[in-house]
Amino acid sequence: MVSTFFRNLLKRLNINPFGRKTHIKLGLYGPPNGGKSTLANKICLDWLGEEMNSSVSHVAHETREIKIKEQVNIKNKKGKELTFSLVDTPGIATKIDYEDFLRKGMNKVDAKKRAKEATKGVIDAIKWLDQMDSVVVVLDATKDPYSQVNITIVGNLQARNIPVLIAANKTDLKKSKMDVIKAAFPQYEVVGISAKYGKNLDLFYEQLFKLAK
Amino acid sequence: MVTFQFVPYHDVEQLTSAKRINKLLNIVKDDRIVIMEGRLKKEEEADLIEITMEEISSKFKGIELSVVYPDKKNQDTMQRMKGAFANILLGDRQGLTIIGPASIVKKIEQNPNKIELFTKDVSRRKLTMVPRKKR
Repeated sequence: MVSTFFRNLLKRLNINPFGRKTHIKLGLYGPPNGGKSTLANKICLDWLGEEMNSSVSHVAHETREIKIKEQVNIKNKKGKELTFSLVDTPGIATKIDYEDFLRKGMNKVDAKKRAKEATKGVIDAIKWLDQMDSVVVVLDATKDPYSQVNITIVGNLQARNIPVLIAANKTDLKKSKMDVIKAAFPQYEVVGISAKYGKNLDLFYEQLFKLAK
Repeated sequence: MVTFQFVPYHDVEQLTSAKRINKLLNIVKDDRIVIMEGRLKKEEEADLIEITMEEISSKFKGIELSVVYPDKKNQDTMQRMKGAFANILLGDRQGLTIIGPASIVKKIEQNPNKIELFTKDVSRRKLTMVPRKKR
């Protein structure tokens, strides 16, 4: 009788503790210029046949608003399927100076506009954290992973019990240091990829299935 | 000249998260580098970034943030128990939080043994903090 009560309650609340989520919100998070949008485009190109329309640039804060691609369906070698909404987020930073954009050749009006949009983008990215089911933290493998932004992102995901996969991007570059990234986040699965050249993405997709369990 | 302001744990202990963040941010906006005893909660760190972004203007470019916390993996069981007991009695005052204005602090580099704070005005000027070795 008690078990029936709880079963009905869970059913009414639309909760199935023994069921596996088949449709999840997968967020791409990380600092600016880590390659989140390049990865988002590559995932969509591989599985939907078209890019996400996330523009990429060597100038930081190219992505300044949340972009979502619904119904991304991926399959693994065993034939299992995983459907998720892919959420490409603006890079999280603690400082934004429009003068940095001036130095990249932008005029003052555009640089100020970009800086203003970038600050809003960071706020939105943080606000969206609560809505994620799983997150891939995309880091530039050529850069120091011990930055406080990285630690804060990972710490906040941990505090919210959101499963995390670290994608160490840009492993095609000689300066990339996978061992340093792995040492910085020993508690998480780290997969080295090159989103630009599609290197090691099979392993990355395989890890997504584990992430969504 | 670079000015540091020490914020003891008891100064922020009783404050709400919002007030604690505002207090720290106000010091930073005064072009001073905060050295706070203890650390913010993870969610407060995210809130600090969020509020910083809201406050960015042509004068205030943002912050540089670094948190130094004892590596618990290298602690033995006794040390961990002591730490946990102290946390219950006194609050989590372990570690240090450094927050500087981005207009002054270029970057704060941290590795397991030292923290290096690079300032913007004077090239190659850096301040290094090295933790005391265990006796």
